[in-house]
Amino acid sequence: MNTPAFIMFLGIVFVTLIITYYASKKTKNASEFYTAGGGLTGWQNGMAIAGDYMSAASFLGIAGAVALTGFDGFFYSIGFLVAYLVVLYLVAEPLRNLGKYTFADMIASRFDAKKIRGFAAMNTVAISIFYMIAQLVGAGALIKLLLGIEYTTSVLIVGVLMTVYVIFGGMHATSWVQIIKAILLMGGTLLISIMVFAKFNWSITDMFAQMKTATPLKESFLNPGVKYKVGLDTISLNMGLVLGTAGLPHILVRFFTVKDAKTARSSVVYATWIIGIFYVMTIFLGFGAAAFVGNSDIVAANPAGNMAAPLLAQALGGNMLFAFISAVAFATILAVVAGLVLTSASAVAHDFYNEILCKGQATEKQQVNMARWASVGVSVVSIILALGAQTLNVAFLVSLAFAVAASANLPVIIYTIYWKRFNTSGAIWAMVVGLISAIGLVIISPNVFSPEAGKAIFVGNPIFPYTTPGIVSIPLGFIAGYLGTIFSNQKADVKRYEEVLVKSNTGIGIKG
Amino acid sequence: MEARKTKTNSESDYTSIVHSPAFQTLLSEKKKFIIPTTIFFFCFYFALPILTSYSTILNHKFIGSITWAWVFAFLQFIMTWVLCMLYSKKAAKFDELANQVQEGGKD
Repeated sequence: MNTPAFIMFLGIVFVTLIITYYASKKTKNASEFYTAGGGLTGWQNGMAIAGDYMSAASFLGIAGAVALTGFDGFFYSIGFLVAYLVVLYLVAEPLRNLGKYTFADMIASRFDAKKIRGFAAMNTVAISIFYMIAQLVGAGALIKLLLGIEYTTSVLIVGVLMTVYVIFGGMHATSWVQIIKAILLMGGTLLISIMVFAKFNWSITDMFAQMKTATPLKESFLNPGVKYKVGLDTISLNMGLVLGTAGLPHILVRFFTVKDAKTARSSVVYATWIIGIFYVMTIFLGFGAAAFVGNSDIVAANPAGNMAAPLLAQALGGNMLFAFISAVAFATILAVVAGLVLTSASAVAHDFYNEILCKGQATEKQQVNMARWASVGVSVVSIILALGAQTLNVAFLVSLAFAVAASANLPVIIYTIYWKRFNTSGAIWAMVVGLISAIGLVIISPNVFSPEAGKAIFVGNPIFPYTTPGIVSIPLGFIAGYLGTIFSNQKADVKRYEEVLVKSNTGIGIKG
Repeated sequence: MEARKTKTNSESDYTSIVHSPAFQTLLSEKKKFIIPTTIFFFCFYFALPILTSYSTILNHKFIGSITWAWVFAFLQFIMTWVLCMLYSKKAAKFDELANQVQEGGKD
């Protein structure tokens, strides 16, 4: 048992529970629960987006990927950031203007068919649960390593905490946990980056020169192609990264927590600065870990490199810094899983229960109660799945969630906002084909099938050659939406599109 | 439910707004900026993995041991921040045009 780490973990639990207590007093109706009443400022929401987005996969995963594979690990940092241009230019403002609580609301602003809302909500729950399993598996491994608590118990601790934040504090608690986590993560990463930079004599050229000899990869560490040797696989990965963010439901719902499109825009700008600075620093984390911890120790702690950042903290600042960085990683995980629970619970309670089952007639009290029960349900399902997924690679699950989001959600979002002729049939085809092709291609990919025993879940030859499905499934989602539209005999509802066009571009007719 | 009530009242309003000159100006200004910029950033972004996968041109040295691949990677960050600021600036103009649409609608 690492005592400083234990105390700092308790500190984080204590602070977040206090936040939840105060947030619970504000969480009286559905709007407060789902969107914090839409009252966040641009700066607050920008921090919360950053806190929602920079997950354990970013912090632990990318640091490890850069440390072990050099340039190829950095692809993640680039894609995760450039993705915000897609959000800012194409999605954020129309989304804020058209939706109320969930991503399905936005699609429903054009189409009344209940099954569209149902499919959109199903995609939300599926993507969020994939993402959540990844975070819970990471959390379990981290706590097990640091505090010596068994994997099962560790996952349960995180699972209970995330459920408590959401049930009692709703979006208020979730947002503030994310804001505080963003501050801690930026602070911790900056501290380590400065220490690493000092060790390289404050010289970028020195740093690169030393990296040529610091790892077993020697000079090729600095060149692309260590991990991604197949061109189309690299492009597929990059497609999923850059297009996935704009389809991730837990990021999309953050735009409903601000009062108007203008604030949504400014929050993306703040978030882009924070996230960009963070991803630049992943170079220091990765290089530092490779140089000062060493390849063999990183791999010994975790074959995927997930412990590189905490180990680097230990090498640089001893046990206290190790404990601090580990606690930051813990806070990172808590903030992200809380956002995911809230997003899936909103889809279940708002879309399935209120809009579909009660035809929009549920009382405020019923809605909030349902949202709380849905939070418990989603958490329980995720915890059970995470307990069975202990051996799965965390980065793989996250990249799967990104690819599914890009394939199943992005086409329908883009068409809803920008394509006049788009209709109900096209929307359903886009969502179903995107979801099934993305998941299906992963099932027959090298992540699941490998000829070598122990390298993947099953032994066998993969039918699909690439590790990420994006290059096939994202175009399929778009093509399905297009063909589904032109081959159906429904006429486009021009009046409805005009309404969407006016609302999404001007905010006219939008309350609060 | 409220939204549904107001919708039937204002359906014709939306059509008239769409056909108003102010709204058409807003749309065309937005298109003129957003479409080319979006095409640009996708090309700039995918140029990196395409170049690293199908050529070794980025493995040449820039300064010391720093290769062009890292320079190009860093430029992706600069590009993102610059386009982000550019969008905010342009959007202020779009807001003005949107206000004009709104005022026109009230007459």
